[in-house]
Amino acid sequence: MRQIWLGANAVFRESVRDRVPYSIVVFAVLMIAASYLISQLSAGQDIKIIKDLGLAALSMFGLLIAVFIGVGLVTKEVEKRSVYGLLTKPLSRAQFLLGKYAGLVMTLAVNLSVMTLALYAVLFYSTYSASAGLRASWEAPGVDPRMLIAIVLIFAELMLVTALALFFSTFSSPLWATLLTLGLWVAGHFNSDLRNFGTVVDSAPAIWLARVIYYVIPNLAPFDVKAEVVHGIDVAARHVALTVAYAGLYISILLTASVTVFGRRDFK
Amino acid sequence: MPAIETEGLTKDFLVGFWRPRPYRALDALTLSVETGEVFGFLGPNGAGKSTTLKLLMQLIFPSGGSARILGSPVGDVSVRRRIGFLAENPYYYDYLTAEELLTYFARLFGYSSPDARIRVTRVLDQVGLGSERRLRLRQFSKGMVQRVGLAQALLNDPEVVFLDEPMSGLDPLGRRAVRDLILSLRARGCTVFFSSHILSDAEALCDRVAIVAQGKLAAAGRLDELLAFELQGWELVMSDVPAALHAQLASRFATVTPLSHGRVAVTLAADAEPDRVMASLSADGARIESLNPIRHTLEDLFIQRVRDSQPRAVTL
Repeated sequence: MRQIWLGANAVFRESVRDRVPYSIVVFAVLMIAASYLISQLSAGQDIKIIKDLGLAALSMFGLLIAVFIGVGLVTKEVEKRSVYGLLTKPLSRAQFLLGKYAGLVMTLAVNLSVMTLALYAVLFYSTYSASAGLRASWEAPGVDPRMLIAIVLIFAELMLVTALALFFSTFSSPLWATLLTLGLWVAGHFNSDLRNFGTVVDSAPAIWLARVIYYVIPNLAPFDVKAEVVHGIDVAARHVALTVAYAGLYISILLTASVTVFGRRDFK
Repeated sequence: MPAIETEGLTKDFLVGFWRPRPYRALDALTLSVETGEVFGFLGPNGAGKSTTLKLLMQLIFPSGGSARILGSPVGDVSVRRRIGFLAENPYYYDYLTAEELLTYFARLFGYSSPDARIRVTRVLDQVGLGSERRLRLRQFSKGMVQRVGLAQALLNDPEVVFLDEPMSGLDPLGRRAVRDLILSLRARGCTVFFSSHILSDAEALCDRVAIVAQGKLAAAGRLDELLAFELQGWELVMSDVPAALHAQLASRFATVTPLSHGRVAVTLAADAEPDRVMASLSADGARIESLNPIRHTLEDLFIQRVRDSQPRAVTL
């Protein structure tokens, strides 16, 4: 556990010193702030636009960090051969990989926290600068703690995407790993359609194949509750618990597969 | 117990994109390195030296055979607490300072923070980077990174040190420092296994050497056993050679080599009685500059064994 923690710390330190995640977070914060200006264009809908754009920024910029840094975690080490220095220390390949994963999850957590604070700051300002009449017309409070549910699920989704990026990077090039991760992220958001494939197609093999794909690729649609929280619709605690549990299971499978593949790899 | 043992260690790589074929990078290497030895692992570029070191460090997995370090299989992670490794042309995280990198590595060995700090200071001073400890590695020259590599290989007071081309990228002063370091490691009983294609280093440092060529072991043993120390002949250098004597040299000696400033080098057979030859040459008007015995060098052996080695097999 100590070795994993040391590895995670090193990844976190790298991300703190690397300008890329910084720039992404700064850009996201700017975008959240800009959502306030955009919201001024549509009277009555302004708070919803800020929440919508803010959560979308959190999700998209978090995705960029998860994919691009996640893919680089292993491939960069192997390409630059810095992996030689680490793997000849008392550190197993599994510990190396899990440390990388934990480090990026820590980085994501910090970055999401910064973006969340920025979003709540804009919401706070918008709420207290709005008239009482306007506030009364909103479907949900301006500074709504239920937004945190959406953010928790975004974080869980990003943890899963990071595990995907890490898995692909254990055996493919950075470009392939990026394309495969982004491809699965897109497919994962439309995965629910595959479940109902039988209603539009008659072919039994096609339906069977769709079912297999449905169960294999990650189902990311349940992680997206942005619309619900923006409109003040309650998200059931059971849904959140099951979705987080699903993420945990999927991440465990991906990390096990990553450790297995990485454990057999030759570093030429 | 030997510090390092390999038994039929073999590695095949697949080469070619469309029709991958096996390429034997290392062919049934059997070696044993005793505790406390400085062992030179020699060979031309592409002979299989780095492949062997990567197999010993389990950075790649063997296609056949086995290897043990300090009695444990190379796959045993715990044995890495007792060894140090320097890769060829090492690269480390350039966003870290030398001190931070080594502290991170020291913590991986299980040392507490204060202990790690003491060790890091000691090894950085040992490799001459004490005053650059707080510089980021991206500001380091190639030679300085090589020194950081040496420092990280010594952090844990290893019982066995593996060095892959340790002199690579170093200036003459740096090379001298590495030589001194290897000798100091030997003095404290550490086993040093180093690969090199620089034979003078091996000749100066090693108790025993192995030569690999085309992935196969071409020779192994003590230097004094491998190199026949019997006399091969004499090299005699003279100057002020009169024209009449100059004309006779080719018929009297096996080789005649003109040198700068009118000097001439000739080769005498081992049983040529050099005193008599020098007296005769002096009587003919030449001035004798020097006389040196000719013996086999490691370079001669190396070239002979590399030339003798068969082309590499592409088999499975």
